[in-house]
Amino acid sequence: MKAKITITPKKAVLDPQGKAVQNALEHMGYAGVSGVHVGRYLEIEIDGEREAVEKQIDEACHKLLSNPVIEEYRFELE
Amino acid sequence: MKVAVIQFPGSNSDQDAVNGVRVIGHQASLLWHKEESVGDADAVIIPGGFSYGDYLRCGAIARFSPVMQAVKQFAADGGLILGICNGFQVLCEAGLLPGALVRNRSLQFRSEHVFLKTIAKDTPFTGGVADDRLLRVPIAHGEGCYFADEETLAGIKANNQILWQYVSQQGEANDDANPNGSLENIAGICNQARNVAGLMPHPERACEEVVGSADGRAILESMAAWLDKGKSAEAA
Repeated sequence: MKAKITITPKKAVLDPQGKAVQNALEHMGYAGVSGVHVGRYLEIEIDGEREAVEKQIDEACHKLLSNPVIEEYRFELE
Repeated sequence: MKVAVIQFPGSNSDQDAVNGVRVIGHQASLLWHKEESVGDADAVIIPGGFSYGDYLRCGAIARFSPVMQAVKQFAADGGLILGICNGFQVLCEAGLLPGALVRNRSLQFRSEHVFLKTIAKDTPFTGGVADDRLLRVPIAHGEGCYFADEETLAGIKANNQILWQYVSQQGEANDDANPNGSLENIAGICNQARNVAGLMPHPERACEEVVGSADGRAILESMAAWLDKGKSAEAA
């Protein structure tokens, strides 16, 4: 099984990287870009029952893979 | 005072911390990250650097090292812990200090001297700093922008946990004096119990005039004086 995890900065946290990328896109002439958020993407290969794996990945996201003070996460299993 | 300086793979300010403690006349030794006890140390310094290569997030991996479990226990028992730069990030990741350190607002790595104003004087880390004295110490970081959500920040202020703010040479906490975009110009904070503190600037790199400033001694000397006071109270 593969867990695909996406981690992004919380809205309240300053995201200067996202802002810099947004500025670059605007300079390149891409119109209508109203926000860019730079995060992280992880793929974890893991064996086990779907329900148990979901619980483990959720716990790992909370404890290590993201920092709940500044980040949000979501994941899917396939 | 006997200080244990934690050494992670990727620490780079560990020797500076040992030197800083020694030049003010106290003992310091290095403690490898795989150790499971802080031994007979009176205080622990978690030094600057790039522990575990800063992989994932600054300080995220260090938090789970064996020595950090001992450090957490030491904190719970009231031991003095000072996290400097990456050490501050480690303490926040470990939940020993509130908030988090994120990318500098400018996106630039900043390496320069700053002025620090001491805000809360009633802590082991700040008790020896004379009123209105600004400390001139260096910073060297890319991810030192202090962030906490509104509720956490309100709690920090209500409990007087802000220890140092970045200020101008005239002592004003304005945007020009803020090198990284930290909320409220926060350079360092402590926990509610006031025995764990962290700051992004490097006091240990400012302990001898020959390196441009000896102002950092005030923080280490405060810790030593606080420990001495505790010992003499115990003996009495």
